[in-house]
Amino acid sequence: MSWITKNKTTVGAFVGVMIAAYLFYFISGVKATSMFAYAWAYAIPLVLAAMVGVIGERSGVVNIGIEGQMLVSAFGAFFAAAYSGSLLVGILVGMGCGLILGGFLAWTSVKWRMDQIIAGVVLNIVATGITSFYYKPGQQLPGLMPTWDVPILSKIPLLGPVFFSGVGVFATAAILATLAIHFALFYTRWGLRTRSVGEYPSAADTAGINVERLRLINVTLAGILAGMAGAYLSMDGSSSFERGMTAGRGFLALAIMIMGAWRPLRAGAAALLFGFISAIGNQLQADKIITVAPQLVGTLPYIMTLVVLAVAAGKVRAPGAVGQPFVKGDK
Amino acid sequence: MTDLTKESAAPASPPPAKPEDKPSGGALAFLFSHQSGIVIAVALLVALAIGAILIRYQGVSPFYAYETLVKEALFVDGGLERTLVKTAPLILTGLAVVLPLRVGLFNIGGQGQLNLGAIAGAWLGYLFGGWGPLGAVIGMAAGIVAGAAVAAIAGALKAWRGVHEVISTIMLNSISVGITWWLVQGPLQAESAKVSHIPQTEEIPEAARVGSIVGIPVSFLIAVALAALCWWVLGRTTLGFKFDTVGKNKHAAVYAGVPLNKIIVLSMVFGGGLAGLAGALEAQGTLHRFEPAITGSLGFDGITIALLARINPVATIPAAFLVGVLRTGAGGLQFATGIAPEIVDLLLALTLLMVSIPVLGKWIFRSRADKVQASATSWGN
Repeated sequence: MSWITKNKTTVGAFVGVMIAAYLFYFISGVKATSMFAYAWAYAIPLVLAAMVGVIGERSGVVNIGIEGQMLVSAFGAFFAAAYSGSLLVGILVGMGCGLILGGFLAWTSVKWRMDQIIAGVVLNIVATGITSFYYKPGQQLPGLMPTWDVPILSKIPLLGPVFFSGVGVFATAAILATLAIHFALFYTRWGLRTRSVGEYPSAADTAGINVERLRLINVTLAGILAGMAGAYLSMDGSSSFERGMTAGRGFLALAIMIMGAWRPLRAGAAALLFGFISAIGNQLQADKIITVAPQLVGTLPYIMTLVVLAVAAGKVRAPGAVGQPFVKGDK
Repeated sequence: MTDLTKESAAPASPPPAKPEDKPSGGALAFLFSHQSGIVIAVALLVALAIGAILIRYQGVSPFYAYETLVKEALFVDGGLERTLVKTAPLILTGLAVVLPLRVGLFNIGGQGQLNLGAIAGAWLGYLFGGWGPLGAVIGMAAGIVAGAAVAAIAGALKAWRGVHEVISTIMLNSISVGITWWLVQGPLQAESAKVSHIPQTEEIPEAARVGSIVGIPVSFLIAVALAALCWWVLGRTTLGFKFDTVGKNKHAAVYAGVPLNKIIVLSMVFGGGLAGLAGALEAQGTLHRFEPAITGSLGFDGITIALLARINPVATIPAAFLVGVLRTGAGGLQFATGIAPEIVDLLLALTLLMVSIPVLGKWIFRSRADKVQASATSWGN
């Protein structure tokens, strides 16, 4: 009970959203389910990518290169799966690509203390260059991604069909990663150290934490999640790779991270909100309630990002040392 | 290139820049003072070498491939002119990154600013096509205004709401793509193209196009003049001094009475205007109308160019020329050897990678001198 009184806003918002969702469900069941399912499918890569941002920035490294990590991973996963004939190989290669690029970003921004934003943008340009040169049309995945129903949970009305039936690898990973990172960040020794390194590295250094090593490890390993986000795009979301298919999702994820105040669970909720608003746009279009040109409806998530950031950016606070390289001995 | 040392500002502790002593005499001193130029040359050579291996791997002789590329870009009849036409918007999109970066803002929205500038320029160039050259000027002005307006949104969001410009400009890129596609398939679609559903606007009449004078494209002349103007403004005027002050130490700038928000918005507006002009010139000078494909990767190449030029406005001219040569030659390369023109993306990415990571300079000069960055951006506020 004390937990509820301590988190009144969060619990209140959660209950409010659930009531609204179920009201909508009872008014129009099919439509609600399909809209929420769309929202979740839209949110999966964003959730995974936002976690990359959360881990990076909590440890003091801005990761503008998520977009590039996702793009290369989507590319690697798709073609590895197509050539090897194994979906598992594809997923692993995708995760590996994310890991390598995460390591690259970590090394340039932590070890070489290169400007983190420029490092990230360079990473994105390199990713675009590599993937568009080696892109070959006409490849196919060896099969569809396996899905399964979670017993019992999939019988819950609304939540069941949306979250627990027809679950794929990436959806599971997104849910588990969000929960695990939230727990790890706020209830484990690693989390405390990570947060201190991102908040006040010289104090962490005084306490005997190896700031550079922790940042290196965190940013590198977070790359695995970016790899999964990318692999989702080419293997689960669309079953094909196209040039520039990430379409700004890496940056949307950063916006979601900011909207979620650098907290994993809130970022997950923000990603769902993004997905849902996108679903509303599509539904209104399909029902001919509004007749805006489809090209303009497609810009909705991006416009939303700007609005959300304009409102939220002043209200949340970034980790203290984010974007600043740590030099031992400097204050 | 010599003012590399002056640009050195570490993000964490930006000290007020002291005037550096000019290195005096000797080949070695010259080398050191032109370090960045040499680093870029070595980076380019390494990138070309890696590219050669990749081309070899595709079963084509690398020498033949590069020969074809350079020949196509420079020595074929009309090749140089095509390259210069290509270079003009690249100089401008490079400047569009340089100006805000001097203030510490990373404008990666050149793509979107150029896109809207192109459609505005193409449309007004068509509307006022009967006015001849004056119509062309109106089209250019429209491009500048459109580009500047988009960039102003990002600048204002940064100045008053603390929204990071990298995110907002990327979002504006996507939004501008949506808007231009809608315009070109809806209200602004050419009458003749409506039947066949081709996304293009009306053609700009002959008189109002931007052409060439004795083989030199007008757009190139405009771009070079603007690069020089930017150099003059940044290096020789109070406004430029304010830009650099904000870029090097925001707090000191505010303390000295520089209107921070105004400078932030102004730098973005200037950058956006240049990118918008690039779009207008591209529409008036090459396709003579707007098509969605006109943007290409001109905006993103601007980032490469600005970083290659070490945010020196005049150095954007050779950097843009290099990119222009590669991009123009790539078409001929594909025709002659079947190698995808995206090889240029790869070559540029490799060059940029090696120029921007500090390690190369360290290897060449066995010093930490090149650890200083071309510039520093900021995250958060």
